[in-house]
Amino acid sequence: MLSLKQTRHLRTVLIGSLAWLVALAIFFPIFWMLLTSFKTEIDAFTSPPQLFFAPTLENYIHIDERSDYFHYAWNSVVVSFGSTFIGMLLAVPAAYSMAFFETKRTKNTLLWMLSTKMLPPVGVLVPIYLLFKDFGLLDTKLGLVIIYTLINLPIMVWMVYTYFKEIPKDILEAARLDGATPGQEIYRVLLPIAKGGLASTILLSLILSWNEAFWSLNLTASGAAPLTALVASYSSPEGLFWAKLSAVSTLACAPILIFGWLSQKQLVRGLSFGAVK
Amino acid sequence: MSITSLQAGVNTASDMATGSAGPKLQKRRRSRVGLAMVSPSVLALLVWMAVPLAMTIYFSLIRYNLLYPGDNEFVGLENFYYFLTDEGFVAGAFNTLWLVLSVLAISVVAGVLIAVLVDTPFFGRGIVRVMLISPFFIMPTVSALVWKNLLLHPVSGVLAAVWRFFGATPIDWFTDYPLQAIILIVSWQWIPFAVLILMTAMQSLDQEQKDAARLDGAGPIAIFWHITLPHLARPIAVVIMIETIFLLSIFAEIFTTTGGGPGYETTNLAFLIYSQALLQFDVGMASAGGLIAVVIANIAAFMLVRMIGKNLTDKA
Amino acid sequence: MKTCFTPALMASAIALSTAATAATTVTIGTVNNGDMIRMQELSNEFEQSHPDIKLDWVVLEENVLRQRLTTDIATNGGQFDVMTIGLYETGLWGERGWLTELDNLPASYDVDDIFPSVRDGLSVHGKLYALPFYGESSMTYYRKDLFEKAGLSMPEQPTWEQMREFAKTLHKPDQEQYGICLRGKAGWGENMALVTTLANAFGARWFDESWHPEFTGPEWTKAVEFYTDLLGNYGPPGASSNGFNENLALFNSGKCAMWVDATVAGSFVTDESQSKVSNDVGFALAPKEVTEKGAGWLWSWALAIPATSDSKDAAREFVTWATSKEYAGLVEQKFGITAIPPGTRLSTYRNDAYMNAAAFAKTTLESLKRANPNDPTLKPVPYSGIQLVSIPEFQSIATQVGKLISGALSGNMPVAQALKSAQSVSEREMKRAHYIK
Repeated sequence: MLSLKQTRHLRTVLIGSLAWLVALAIFFPIFWMLLTSFKTEIDAFTSPPQLFFAPTLENYIHIDERSDYFHYAWNSVVVSFGSTFIGMLLAVPAAYSMAFFETKRTKNTLLWMLSTKMLPPVGVLVPIYLLFKDFGLLDTKLGLVIIYTLINLPIMVWMVYTYFKEIPKDILEAARLDGATPGQEIYRVLLPIAKGGLASTILLSLILSWNEAFWSLNLTASGAAPLTALVASYSSPEGLFWAKLSAVSTLACAPILIFGWLSQKQLVRGLSFGAVK
Repeated sequence: MSITSLQAGVNTASDMATGSAGPKLQKRRRSRVGLAMVSPSVLALLVWMAVPLAMTIYFSLIRYNLLYPGDNEFVGLENFYYFLTDEGFVAGAFNTLWLVLSVLAISVVAGVLIAVLVDTPFFGRGIVRVMLISPFFIMPTVSALVWKNLLLHPVSGVLAAVWRFFGATPIDWFTDYPLQAIILIVSWQWIPFAVLILMTAMQSLDQEQKDAARLDGAGPIAIFWHITLPHLARPIAVVIMIETIFLLSIFAEIFTTTGGGPGYETTNLAFLIYSQALLQFDVGMASAGGLIAVVIANIAAFMLVRMIGKNLTDKA
Repeated sequence: MKTCFTPALMASAIALSTAATAATTVTIGTVNNGDMIRMQELSNEFEQSHPDIKLDWVVLEENVLRQRLTTDIATNGGQFDVMTIGLYETGLWGERGWLTELDNLPASYDVDDIFPSVRDGLSVHGKLYALPFYGESSMTYYRKDLFEKAGLSMPEQPTWEQMREFAKTLHKPDQEQYGICLRGKAGWGENMALVTTLANAFGARWFDESWHPEFTGPEWTKAVEFYTDLLGNYGPPGASSNGFNENLALFNSGKCAMWVDATVAGSFVTDESQSKVSNDVGFALAPKEVTEKGAGWLWSWALAIPATSDSKDAAREFVTWATSKEYAGLVEQKFGITAIPPGTRLSTYRNDAYMNAAAFAKTTLESLKRANPNDPTLKPVPYSGIQLVSIPEFQSIATQVGKLISGALSGNMPVAQALKSAQSVSEREMKRAHYIK
């Protein structure tokens, strides 16, 4: 018979190894992509697939010679941070008002906001293209910022709204009794409490904008093209490209992945639904 | 969907109407402020929704093909008729539904289990968490290509090598289980999202409550069922809402792997609109298809909200 | 935010304008196939010899680019000065007046040196609307070593029936060696390109003289039954989702005994940096059956200038440069002689050095000579194009038919049912487009 301490230890080891196993399985495709990016094109499709091989940097060198990575990366950064910033400026007041000044229409407004996301992009490409042409927004970063802000706004409002709902109303009442204006209320009281929640909303919006590959390909030419366009220039239906594609994908995902990893702690705290009670 | 949940929805709406108490004057001032704050978002979305929607409705009623300029006669509902009676329509609607429901089920169940699993501290938990959420950061096209060519390929893929190692015949995923293969890929992308949200929700679970239950002699399964799961209800609702929106319009994964085939097995509505309309630049038809997709999506969302919306909007 | 990049751009523009007057920017939309990548890499050479022109590149995957360019040109978006388009689009867009006619080409350009079939394909009513960058037909690739070992010999142009016999003999799935690799992934530019040429060889056609589709006819039935039997029984697993690339990977890693596909693959399968079988590849014409007509396809990627371009003169400079003999010389110098864009100029094939260095060149030349898009089938047809039908509706119809045929190949629907559906799908589309009542 095992002692209580021993059982507990055994359980931790068991759970730990199981968790590691699951995590490795889920992470495996990314690991494999990374590995492939250091193979030659021949090694990349050798059967059976090789775990050990002579690594090469030729794919990265090729990409560096052929395309200006930093031009695309910069566009991605500007567009995703820009749209996230504007989106938050719009979403926070809206969520605030919906969470704390509920009216009959609130629920319907929320639902309606979500339904704006339902129009499939392939169905509205031509109308949007015509509008963009008339407003001179084709191939501009501003154009993409506008599109992404609008695409992600409903989700941002929903998420921020959910976090705000968690905050007890008494705190706000107290601030109000002290004579705070709504602006001060948001800035001094709400934002610090909901900091984590807002951080996770921001990260979600960043990821969604970063990976968006329909509008970014169809509305840009060379000037405003973000990393999704760089990736699309390496996946060809003609010729072997697995190794190069893996390399370019690694480069395209790396900034947001690293950013996500760095902010993971903040995020884990932020996403705690119902944490503040 | 049950009648009780319908009633719950109605009740919520009337609860909201009464609102919080307070002096009338202050309430009016506050509601004005509220209106002012919500209006920028509403206005922006209204324009975003109204202008393309109006254009889409107009285009859906005329013959409008980019490759036949000038020939824009009014055709009434012809575009809708052709889209709805397309051979692939029923299959497309069914596949869309099947795809959404399967991925939702897989990602929520896997998300809950993984979230519970990584809740207790163990060696290297931080790294495990980071690895678990990583797939969410990969672009959809890339993950589709990596899965199809490097992992699932029946001759040179990694899985085929594993199968062969155990003496089995590799599975020919995109021939025999095309839709399941796509569900697999899409689930892989969305499980991390569920894990992310549920994992953090787990941290706020009341430890004392769990301990008390344990002292009362409740087993781990009973604790999971009666304490953990109810606690996760609201975050699960959020996961379902957000995922549904994205899953309804899955396109890149299908386009890069199967091209909607074989047969209609992997054609969903988004892909149907693409192959029916965008490929031949039939804007009229694309618009009609888009509108039909909006209607279907809204019906689905409406039912979903009725079922889970209570969790989301009501204060627990 | 939007203007973050403008200062840098302006600075470089100012720097350039000190040398010349204002530099004209030419935006080029192109696909990311190997030959175009080389063109992009050589753009420095062009900018050096034309200091007043600056080149901006938009390189995208074929399908994305096609959608991008069509949207732009049809809405007068004016985002591009040079577009890389195929035979198919050139005909359609030229007719609509969306492209700039390329007449009065300089004598040094030697327009008569271009393959007549390709030039015809890029002309509408005798006017040339695009200059060919490279051209391709389809041909048969086979493994000489395996044929020798099995005591087989490949004729100059095999029949499909012979191909089946070869495939049967050489199909050894337990050794991961498959008899034949063919395209199976649904798509008008994927499986339908091959299936249409195969059907042509069986005497079938897409439409009769009055635009009625013929899928339920005996020719199509026989052709598709043959195709599903051949590829289903003697092909690799996963054939119904294999496109050009997947098959190229299989062939280059030594898994396929035979492969029928685009002639451009010739330089890939013989390139030892990407092929394990580079020394063992043999070449033959695309298989025939009851007829030779339309057995090999014809495609060309060409450079055109949209009517909306605001720097047409500079664009013209570039287009004529990139398709010139001088450019071919540049490629030879920089990347080796086999890298010269194939299938556009007769002079390339009169060059002994090229013919000796490129083992596939003889068959490529012969295939291109035989391809005639204006007489593609055994029975007369109202359209031009071998593996395609030059009407705007074709992409959509063929994509849907492609899905059905891949369904028949994967075995999830019988051939007869797939063809019946294909018939009703194409009838519907043709009715909708008012070709038939």
